[in-house]
Amino acid sequence: MTAYLFLIIGAVLVNNIVLVQMLGLCPFMGASRKLETAFGMGVATTFVLTLATGACFIIDHYLLLPFGLEYLRTLAFIVTIAAAVQLTEMVIARTSPVLQQTLGIYLPLITTNCAVLGVPLINISNSHDFVESILFGMGSAIGFSLVLLLFSGIRERVEAADVPRPFKGAAITMIIAGLMSLAFMGFAGMNR
Amino acid sequence: MSGQKIFSFPGGIKLAHRKEASSEKAIEPLPMPDRLILPLRHSAGSAPMPIVKTGEKVKKGQCLASAESWISASLHAPTSGTVRDIGDYPIAHPSGLAALCIVIEADGEDAWVERRPFLEDSARLGPEATQRYLQGMGVVGMGGAVLPSHVKLSKAPGISLETLIVNGAECEPFITCDDRLMRERSDEIASGIIFLVELLGAREAIIAIEDNKPEAAAAMRAALSARLETTANDIRVTIIPAVYPAGSLKQLIYMLTGKRAPAGVLPAQLGVQCFNTATIHAIWRALAHGEPVISRIITVTGNVNRPGNLEAPLGTPILDILRYAEVRPETDGCLVGGPMMGFLLPNYDAPIGKGANCLIARSPEFFPARAPESPCMRCTSCAQVCPQGLLPYEMYRWSRVKDFAKVINYNINECIECGCCSYVCASSIPLVQYFRFAKDEIRTAARKKEAADKARERFEFRQFRIEREKEERSLKLARAAQKSAAEQAEIAAAVERVGSSGATTREHGEKA
Amino acid sequence: MEILAAISVMAFGALILGAAIGYAAVRFKVDGDPITDKINAILPQTQCGQCGYPGCKPYAEAIARGDAEINLCPPGGEDAIRNLSELLGREYKPAGESVRTETQPGIALIDEAACIGCTLCIQACPVDAILGAAKQMHTVIIPFCTGCELCLPPCPVDCIEIKPAPESPENWAWPHPAENRPFAAPTLERF
Repeated sequence: MTAYLFLIIGAVLVNNIVLVQMLGLCPFMGASRKLETAFGMGVATTFVLTLATGACFIIDHYLLLPFGLEYLRTLAFIVTIAAAVQLTEMVIARTSPVLQQTLGIYLPLITTNCAVLGVPLINISNSHDFVESILFGMGSAIGFSLVLLLFSGIRERVEAADVPRPFKGAAITMIIAGLMSLAFMGFAGMNR
Repeated sequence: MSGQKIFSFPGGIKLAHRKEASSEKAIEPLPMPDRLILPLRHSAGSAPMPIVKTGEKVKKGQCLASAESWISASLHAPTSGTVRDIGDYPIAHPSGLAALCIVIEADGEDAWVERRPFLEDSARLGPEATQRYLQGMGVVGMGGAVLPSHVKLSKAPGISLETLIVNGAECEPFITCDDRLMRERSDEIASGIIFLVELLGAREAIIAIEDNKPEAAAAMRAALSARLETTANDIRVTIIPAVYPAGSLKQLIYMLTGKRAPAGVLPAQLGVQCFNTATIHAIWRALAHGEPVISRIITVTGNVNRPGNLEAPLGTPILDILRYAEVRPETDGCLVGGPMMGFLLPNYDAPIGKGANCLIARSPEFFPARAPESPCMRCTSCAQVCPQGLLPYEMYRWSRVKDFAKVINYNINECIECGCCSYVCASSIPLVQYFRFAKDEIRTAARKKEAADKARERFEFRQFRIEREKEERSLKLARAAQKSAAEQAEIAAAVERVGSSGATTREHGEKA
Repeated sequence: MEILAAISVMAFGALILGAAIGYAAVRFKVDGDPITDKINAILPQTQCGQCGYPGCKPYAEAIARGDAEINLCPPGGEDAIRNLSELLGREYKPAGESVRTETQPGIALIDEAACIGCTLCIQACPVDAILGAAKQMHTVIIPFCTGCELCLPPCPVDCIEIKPAPESPENWAWPHPAENRPFAAPTLERF
C-alpha cells in the first residue's frame, strides 16, 4: 500500500511530468492563460491519461507482447490514445453538456499531447503492473494539473503586473516556467 | 441622553477638520446674480419636463419643469425674471459637458408666486399626498446624492420604520454648511424631524452629529427640548466620533443601529431611513411655508479672502460665488464638494445644483501636490481603512489592466468612493479614480449588452413579421385565385347557357 | 512472416477501434449547436451585414461552422474579436480594415428638411428604428438605432447621416487614470 502511495507522490511532485520530465510543455504554455482554462485542461488530461495508461497496458500485454511486436509500441499507443480520446469526447458530448462545456475543446488537444504518450511508455520501461500503471498515470496527470493551475495563477497575475518591456509576453512566461522547474527540483531529495 | 451605544465601523480615517475658516461665519444670502442657469436633470432619476417657454415671465418659486416619473422632482424658478433660453450649457460635472438647462434672467424684483402652506392639508390628505406635494416642490436629498426625498418617504412593504436617522455628521473636511444650518435654523429642523417622525410612524429618531460640532448639537438639543412635550416618540441627539466617512449612509446606519445593509438592500428594508439635515430643512420650508427648493446653503472656503456659508440661489454660476468670496491669486482650481469625494471643476461658468454643499478654491498651500504615482507594493493600508471592507489593492490591480470580471468579483459595486484608500496610499496611487473608471466601464458594458439584446429582439420580431406578412399575402393570393377560378367557372357556365362569344369571358378572366 | 503478423495485428486493432468510433458517432450523435447562441450573444446585433452575412445570427453560424474569420464584425470592434477569440480558443486576429477601433457606434440622423418620404430607409432598417409613412417625413427613433448604416445606400436624396452618439454627462465615463491624464484645471486669470 505504501509503495502505491510513494508511486503517486513520486509522480505528482518528485518526477513531475512537466517540470522534471519536461513532457507536455505545449499545453503547459498554451492552456495556461486563464485559471478556468487551466482547470478544464487539467481535469480533461487527468481523465484521458488515466484511461490511456489502462488501455495502453492492455494493448501492450495482450496484443503486442504475445506477437513480439514491441517495436510497434509507439505507433500502437498513438492510435489507441487517439481513439480513446475520440470516444470519450463523443460520450461526454452526448451525456453531459456541462462537462462538455469545461472539457470539450481541450479533449482533441490532448490527443497530440506528448505527456499522454510518454506516461504509458515510462510505465513499460519501469515494468509497472496494471494497477501501478493506472496509479502512475493518474499521479502524473494530477502533477500536470497541479503545475498547470499554479502556472496559470502566476500568469494571470503577471499579466496585470508592470513587466519591463523586453520581458513582456513569452519571455517572462519562460522565466516563470524555469523558476517553477527549479522549485520542483527541490523535491528530488525526498525519496532518499 | 448618552445611553446610545455607538458601533464603530471597520476602517475609516481621522482627518484634519479644517472647518475653522468658515464654521464661525453666519449664513449670509448671496446677492442675486443676473443670470441663473438651471440644469433640468437636477436630481437622481429622470429629468422633469419643462413647462415654460423661452421669453416667458416667471415669478420666484414658479414651477419651471414638472416631474413626470416617480423618481424625479420638479424644478422651480429661484427668482422672478424672464426665461431667456432652454438649451445646452456646461454643468457642474467632472466631464465639463453641457446638458439641457433653463436660463433665467433676473428682473431684480424677486417677486414671489403665491405660496400656500401644506401642513393642514398634509394631516388631512395623508402621506401619499404629502409625497406628491414634496415631489412637486422639488425636494431632493441635499447631502449630495440628490435622490428625490418623496421616494424615501414610501414605506417598504411589511416593514415598520424603527429608526429615522438625521444625518448631521458632515464628516468631510472644510464643509460647514450643515453645521451652520443646525446652529441657526435648529427650530425649523426640529419641527421637520417631528413632522417626519409622525408621518413615517418611526419609533425613534436619532440626530447624529460629529463630536467636532458641539454648538450644533447644543442648538439641536435646545430646539428639541422646547418641543419634546408635543410628541411621544423618542427623539434624541447623538454625538458620534469624527471618523471619516461617518456621514456615509451605510456607515452611519451601522454606527447608530448596528445594522449592516448587505449589497442591494435599501435602508428602508432594515427599518431605517436617513435624511440629511438640509433636506429636512427643505421639507419643512416646503410644508410650512409653501416654498419650493430654490436655494441652498453652500460653504465656500479654501484659498479665498472671505470664506463663509452662503445661501445661494440654485443656478448661480460658480464663478459668481468664487468672486463674492474673493479668490486669492495663486488659486489653481476649484473643488465642488468636499476634498475627499468632490471633483475638480472643469468650467467655472457651471451653476450650482441642489447637491452642491461646498466649493473649495484649491491652491498648493491647501492641497500640496501629490507625489507621482508609483507601483503598488501591497502594503494593504488601503484595505485597513476601507469602511466597506473591500480590498482596494486587488480591485486596483485588475482595474488597471481592465480585467473587469475580476474587479466585479472583488465587489467593486459596493465601493462608496469615499477616498480613504487614495488618502492613505503609500504609493500615491489615485485608487478611487481607478475604481470610478472601472465602475463606469462595467456600467457601459452592461448598457451595451442591454442595447444589443433589445436590437436582437427587434430584429427577430421584424423577421417574424416579414415572414408573417409574406404568408398572409400568399394566402390572400391563393384565396383570390380560388375565388376567380370559381367565378370563371360560373361565367363559363353562364356563357355556355347564353351561348355568346368567349371574348368577354377571357377578358374577365385576365382581370381576375 | 513476421511482417504479416505485424500487419494483421495492427489492422485488427485499427478495425476494432474504427468500429467502436463509428458506432459511437451514430449512437452519441448530438444535434443542435449551443456554441452558435454564445457567439450570437457576443455579436452586437446591429444586423448590419457588413461581415458579408445577412445578419448577426448567420454570421454566428458561419463562425461556429468554421467558415468565417472572427474579425469581420465592424460594429463589434476590438472587444467582440477579443471575446470571440476567448470563447472559441481561436487565435486573436487584429481587426480587418473595416473594423472600427473605437467602440462607440454612431447613430443615424435624417435631415428632415431634405427627406422626401420615400420609405426606402424604413424597409432597409433591420431593427425597425425609423418611423414615417409614404410622402411623410421620416425620423430615427434614437434609442433603437444601432448605427448599422444600412439605411444610407437606399436613400435617393442622401439625407441620412451617421453621427457619433452625442456625449452627455449621463453616458460620460471616467477615463483610465494612467492612460488619460485628467484635464488641467482651467486657468484662473478671470478672477
